[in-house]
Amino acid sequence: MGAQIRVYRQKIASTTAMRKIFKAMELIAASRIGKARTRVAASLPYANAITRAVSAVASQSEIDHPLTTEPEQIRRAAVLVMTSDRGLAGSYSAAVLKQAQSLTELLRGEGKEVRHYLVGRKAQAYFDFRSLPYERVWTGGTDAPAFETAREIGDAVLADFNTAYEEGGVDEIHVVYTRFKSMVTQEPAVIRLLPLEVVEEEVANESELLPLYEYEPEPAQVLDALLPRYIESRIFAALLQAAASELAARQRAMKSAGDNANELIKKYTRLRNNARQAEITQELTEIVGGADALAAS
Amino acid sequence: MADNSAELEVEIVAADHFVWSGPATMVKARTSDGEIGILPGHTPVLAILAPGELAIEPVSGQRITISVDGGFFSVDRNRVVIVADNATVKSPATAGTR
Repeated sequence: MGAQIRVYRQKIASTTAMRKIFKAMELIAASRIGKARTRVAASLPYANAITRAVSAVASQSEIDHPLTTEPEQIRRAAVLVMTSDRGLAGSYSAAVLKQAQSLTELLRGEGKEVRHYLVGRKAQAYFDFRSLPYERVWTGGTDAPAFETAREIGDAVLADFNTAYEEGGVDEIHVVYTRFKSMVTQEPAVIRLLPLEVVEEEVANESELLPLYEYEPEPAQVLDALLPRYIESRIFAALLQAAASELAARQRAMKSAGDNANELIKKYTRLRNNARQAEITQELTEIVGGADALAAS
Repeated sequence: MADNSAELEVEIVAADHFVWSGPATMVKARTSDGEIGILPGHTPVLAILAPGELAIEPVSGQRITISVDGGFFSVDRNRVVIVADNATVKSPATAGTR
């Protein structure tokens, strides 16, 4: 009986200790989300300016640039998967990996060879555990990505994109990341980075019309300089969204873990009280029984 | 240009932050071909920036010098958008900064 009470006491103590960790992680995540969202907002002017310029160059001048023209046959595709470095974020990384897996299957079904580029230790662990091959991995700082990381990733994928298929290059690049929709919804999303999809749309407002630019030095050179920046900024934007999503997912996961810990503590406290009462009752019965036996003899 | 107001609307952004915006009367920049000066009413231009300095003459206040290490800029209807990889404001610019 005494042993049972001790077991319950131990469980209560350890759950309380864990609850402290959950609470702390929840608060840390909550305080970082604001910063992550500010960074998403701060990167917007740059991304908008670059997108506008790229669509101006790509839609007006009929230049045959390798980055904008779609190859007749896509034989090898690169998939960039963005997960987190650390766990305790609920299904955050698992959802991205699942999305990446289904994209891979889809691409393979189209007869393409798929090559993976990973961001975050969780993706690396997933691929290592299943002994799946991957090209490169970037780890560290997934919850506060630096622009340099985006540049490194951009350089790496662009280098492979500019290599011919026969020499081991890729024909298209996809990115799987988590889109931050709001504090409560984040969903895994896939975007095709390259070749560019130039969207032609009708504009009603005159100010939205893209002007006929003069280019300096030459349109082709302008595109050469613009596109790597465009890719970098798209990757950076995806990294920032993924970071904000990671923190939001972590906050939510830790909140429900804390709630569950509270439930458990309540349950074990009841059981402990029950066991203690049972012990007291038994002792009383034994004393009364003993006294009765003595009186009878 | 249709719009002949004598002011340029300048916006400078770096990769991960906003640098400066405000009205100006002149922008001087260095492209890969040489220096280019932009006054209100300039034709639309999209050009590559060479590493170096940009000078902006704001409507009010002192001239602002910004050093950039590459990027591009576009001019369109008196709206100048300078997209720099890395931009640092050299001379103190209090007016117009956000």
